[in-house]
Amino acid sequence: MSQATSLSTSSTPGLRAFFANIGPWFVYGIVFLLLMIFLVIPVLLVFYTAFVTETGAPTLGHFMNFFGQAIFKESFINSLIVAFASVVFASLIAIPLAYFTVRFDFRGAILIQTLGVLPLIMPPFVGAVAMQLIFGKSGSVNLLLGEWFGINIPFMQGLWGVIFVESIHYFPFILLNLVASMRNIDGAMEESAQNLGAGGWSIFRRVVFPLAMPGFVAGAALVFVKVFDDLGTPLVLGVTNMLAPQAYLRITSVGVEDPLGYVISVIMVVFSVVALWMSALVLKGRDFSTLQKGGTSLQQRRLSFWQGIAAYGWIIVMLLIVLAPHIGILLMSFAKVWSFSVLPDAYTLAHYATVIQDSSKMISNTLLYCLTAAGIDILLGVAIAYLILRTNLPGRHWLDHMASAALAIPGLVLAIGYLRMFKGMTLPFTETPIVTTWVLIMIAYAVRRLPYALRSCMAALQQVHESLEEVASSLGASRMTTIRRIVVPLMAGGILAGFVTSFITASVELSATLLLTSVESNAPMSYGIYLYMQSLAGRGPGAALGVIAILVVAIGTYASNVVAERYRTTRKD
Amino acid sequence: MKKGLLEAVNISLSYGTNQVLRDVSFRIEPGEFFALLGPSGSGKSTLLRLIAGFNRNQGGKLLIDGEDVSPLPPQLRHVGMVFQNYALWPHMTVFDNVAFGLVERKFSKDEIKKKVAAVLDVVGLSEYGGRRPSQLSGGQQQRVALARTIVIEPSILLLDEPLSNLDKNLRVQMRDELKSLQRKLGITTVFVTHDQEEAMTTADRMAVLDLGVLQQVGSATTLYDHPVNSFVAGFVGTANLIDGRVVDEGGRKVFQGAGLSVPLAQSRVSSTSTAQLFFRPHSATLATAPTADAGMFWVSGTVASVEFTGEFTRYGIAVGQTTILVDQPHLIGDQIFAPGTQLSVGLALSQTTVIAK
Repeated sequence: MSQATSLSTSSTPGLRAFFANIGPWFVYGIVFLLLMIFLVIPVLLVFYTAFVTETGAPTLGHFMNFFGQAIFKESFINSLIVAFASVVFASLIAIPLAYFTVRFDFRGAILIQTLGVLPLIMPPFVGAVAMQLIFGKSGSVNLLLGEWFGINIPFMQGLWGVIFVESIHYFPFILLNLVASMRNIDGAMEESAQNLGAGGWSIFRRVVFPLAMPGFVAGAALVFVKVFDDLGTPLVLGVTNMLAPQAYLRITSVGVEDPLGYVISVIMVVFSVVALWMSALVLKGRDFSTLQKGGTSLQQRRLSFWQGIAAYGWIIVMLLIVLAPHIGILLMSFAKVWSFSVLPDAYTLAHYATVIQDSSKMISNTLLYCLTAAGIDILLGVAIAYLILRTNLPGRHWLDHMASAALAIPGLVLAIGYLRMFKGMTLPFTETPIVTTWVLIMIAYAVRRLPYALRSCMAALQQVHESLEEVASSLGASRMTTIRRIVVPLMAGGILAGFVTSFITASVELSATLLLTSVESNAPMSYGIYLYMQSLAGRGPGAALGVIAILVVAIGTYASNVVAERYRTTRKD
Repeated sequence: MKKGLLEAVNISLSYGTNQVLRDVSFRIEPGEFFALLGPSGSGKSTLLRLIAGFNRNQGGKLLIDGEDVSPLPPQLRHVGMVFQNYALWPHMTVFDNVAFGLVERKFSKDEIKKKVAAVLDVVGLSEYGGRRPSQLSGGQQQRVALARTIVIEPSILLLDEPLSNLDKNLRVQMRDELKSLQRKLGITTVFVTHDQEEAMTTADRMAVLDLGVLQQVGSATTLYDHPVNSFVAGFVGTANLIDGRVVDEGGRKVFQGAGLSVPLAQSRVSSTSTAQLFFRPHSATLATAPTADAGMFWVSGTVASVEFTGEFTRYGIAVGQTTILVDQPHLIGDQIFAPGTQLSVGLALSQTTVIAK
């Protein structure tokens, strides 16, 4: 029977060849169109609007206007200060932790790994509120300090608060990259330094850290970009004299037509691009991963007694600070009253009841948007990875460049672009304006998370040896069959990783959400938490919703890890 | 250059229950070029790293110029090591790589410049100070690694398989360069290799290691001609080894084994011991019929295999219950015996000895 089908299909070789060749072009076209409509054109529109007058004539007037106003100049400088200072503080936290993990053989390494992931499953603005209760002027820490030493340290005052929250939230980006880099250093690099007379500090300063520089720079650039673009944290902390809050306030108070919002957007994009471009420039030609096949990485040593005390001391302090927002949120969610006291005065479950009554729609919205967005991401990711690595279509690398460029586009800017582009348009055959639907929120999530999913898919496909596909096609499988039965199953681990990363990061996204949520029934959890946190009375329910969000993300991460692990163990021998 | 005297006294080291080095003792004279030879897993690299201080001996002493350095960390030992993969730092130029140890020793900028220039001149890389390691060929990287180590004038120079990362032609050239550089500097050098030819052609003396135990120390000819056991005999060169025992036959010692009975020229052998008959393939002769020669002992055999290499032909000959290798030098016109040919094998008595198993 199978013989009969193969005979009948091979009787029209011309048609088959035509379809076999047209397929990739077709996919190429769809991906290209999607990227153009939902990424390139909206961003270009933002740039265009920032540089033209109301009548469409080119102008620099909006920029002159921007830099002519004291509040904008101040915001600009503040944003830079916060971003740089956050990089510095995040580095101060991350570098010792990375060094401990790689260098020493001790149990704390697991703690450090946990430290590295914990902050990422909670959006920084959620933590910000809890941080105020713990480190604020009348927060737990200062109450204790006042009682014991009679001092009050303004951890959370103005810009310092933003810097504090951002540093402890984003240091894992530096930590994870740095650890990966350091693990790739050949042990002989260090031993030869020792052999030539260098001691511990000298080896770190002259050999290990310079060799790990690529990881550090990559992490630091990411932190800079993330902090520079963050809207939620300053808003929640009541700091409005920074760029992102200013752009948000202009668009929401003055309207989509206000050119100054676009000027700020352009500045934010330019700084993101410059930061990422400079890190790429620094890294160019510096692939320092010196570990060769069969080589051994840096030797792990046992800690001496005093080193142990220092290392554990530092880790425990860091763990407490990093966990502070989590603990704070948990306490808040159960607290009846919590002000001017170290711990809440009384506890209740009422906030959870409120949240489940009022906000179950938000929870299901978050799941709907983020799962759909992550699904779209891996579809696009697999398609782009396949087109780039397995075809030789002209210009295919532009798909990669376009998709990766999303990394440098702040959520705020993308949302402003969408609002501008789809203004006045309605869904086909209905009267519903596009900007009021949840589809745009979901698409914004998908576009912003595409770079992560794409990297995972590319890495996964690179691992699949081409001969495995060639065997399938030489046995008569069409390209589609080969992809479905050989390529995708072999890439599954990477695809899943991309899916989870996209899902997790999308579910904590706030900046695009704030601008694109027009009806409360469409609001996801992040929006809900933000709304609750605006009022004092809403803090309890907000915290409860925050705890639920963390649980959703944590369960999702854990479940996918289990699936991935099971998958890996059944696949390998 | 300093010339250190290196003595190992009953050095032992184990990882858990795995004993990597057992009671290793040797003495390396100042200025000597000494090779540590052994198969992989023999402990030779561990021993080298132990001298450098990356491993610590759990038993025994390691003396440099009479002082026990066992408790010292690597950076205080003043022992220079060239790593197998060179371990040049990719983020530094050649100059900075070479200057590294001098900077650690707080030399002034001018002195560093002078010393680095001098050592780069010695290894023939004066023009390359500004380059990055990635812009150099394998041989050049090797020279930078060497320069980086000798510029600090270590008392001992350690080379870990220095030629293994080079291609075949370059290997011979670098081997000669290493040798002449060592002669010129006169620095005490320990050189680890698994290649017996490399060890024999470069080193003054060598030590053969197997399973963490030092088997024999001596010059190339000592090890080749008078191996103490079958491991050394088989590892240094190719050997015929036949299991058997030594018996007394009317006042003469005779080796009996594998159906053969061979009279021995050696007199100091105890007759009861189990032993192995040992001779090199090129010391035996093949002939269609035995010739009258008092120095020869003839046995008959059959050609089992033939390998023609050019310089000689290597025959596998079935004699008694075993097969021995015989190398016959090859000249134009020489006849090659076909497998199955009945032949006489002449063992030169002066070249045939018994060794402990």
